[in-house]
Amino acid sequence: MTNVAVHLEGHQPSLHAHMHDTIAAGATHVEGQQHPIKLYLVVWGWLFVLSTGSYLVDYFGLHGYLRWSLILLFMVLKAGLIVAVFMHMAWERLALVYAILLPPVAVLVFVAIMVFESEYTHLIRALFFAPVA
Amino acid sequence: MAETALTNPGESPALAAGWQGIAADWSSDQRAFKNVSWGKAMMWIFLLSDTFIFSCFLLSYMTARMSTTVPWPNPSEVFALEIAGHHIPLILIAIMTFVLISSSGTMAMAVNFGYRRDRAKTAVLMLVTAAFGATFVGMQAFEWTKLIMEGVRPWENPWGAAQFGSSFFMITGFHGTHVTIGVIFLIAIARKVWRGDFDVERRGFFTSRKGRYEIVEITGLYWHFVDLVWVFIFAFFYLW
Repeated sequence: MTNVAVHLEGHQPSLHAHMHDTIAAGATHVEGQQHPIKLYLVVWGWLFVLSTGSYLVDYFGLHGYLRWSLILLFMVLKAGLIVAVFMHMAWERLALVYAILLPPVAVLVFVAIMVFESEYTHLIRALFFAPVA
Repeated sequence: MAETALTNPGESPALAAGWQGIAADWSSDQRAFKNVSWGKAMMWIFLLSDTFIFSCFLLSYMTARMSTTVPWPNPSEVFALEIAGHHIPLILIAIMTFVLISSSGTMAMAVNFGYRRDRAKTAVLMLVTAAFGATFVGMQAFEWTKLIMEGVRPWENPWGAAQFGSSFFMITGFHGTHVTIGVIFLIAIARKVWRGDFDVERRGFFTSRKGRYEIVEITGLYWHFVDLVWVFIFAFFYLW
């Protein structure tokens, strides 16, 4: 009997944490995505900062890999903030998150395919259709 | 009888036939998204399909730009403006970006006030969002006019690869259409909020269903998506 009690006690923190999560998730659902206005304002501010950053990349005429990596970095951060906070994806159940966010990853395969295709087309055009002097 | 019920637990005794049967089968009681309403889930699924549409546009643009042997026009110069004697690169697009981000901010706050059942604030914030959206479309119309006057056509332009024009009109045109539809959507829902439809549970003229303040969040999902697409267009078409 004592043994069982000790065993249960050992698990209590995790159990408690789990229950707390469930309750928290339920509570958000009942009130329907209630978050403090301040959070939205902070995200709004960050989106302004990130957009200014990506504009400055062009303004200062950065080029090459530095330009491309900065553009992609600012783009991913902005997209992440919009989806996670403004569209409330951070608080949705994983079933929905994965159902919506995983399929677009397949687009990256399409990108890879089309990169090969474009390189090939470009090569053929350069070889056979280049303007003859 | 009990045994049949046990071996075939999913079968109900009377299944409707014909069109009613089709509707009944597809609307049967099976949910994957436990605490998300059908309206929200369907908006997300629509947005997913829209993601693929815009992905295809951006991909075809990438393919055109990578495979042409003619130099691509420099967007930084093409979209530059002379303001008070200063030549500022890409300034119009930067302003459009800030306008759209601001509209997303007001939309997020509208959703919040909607769930607090603050009718006036929700409606006003949605209308402010719509106004930002209309401003964006207006600036886009200005941009199109400017480019068309300078001789940009889907088949040619004065600066380089001919595909620049077709990519530009296709991508920004489709996005602008989305913004325009969003503005109409926002105004329609803002009107319902203002009138108090979701407080008195007035039935919709089209669906005959009682609306809920959740529709503000669903409208918001669409609006944020339009902003999200612009993030990618801004990065790939204007900055790259």
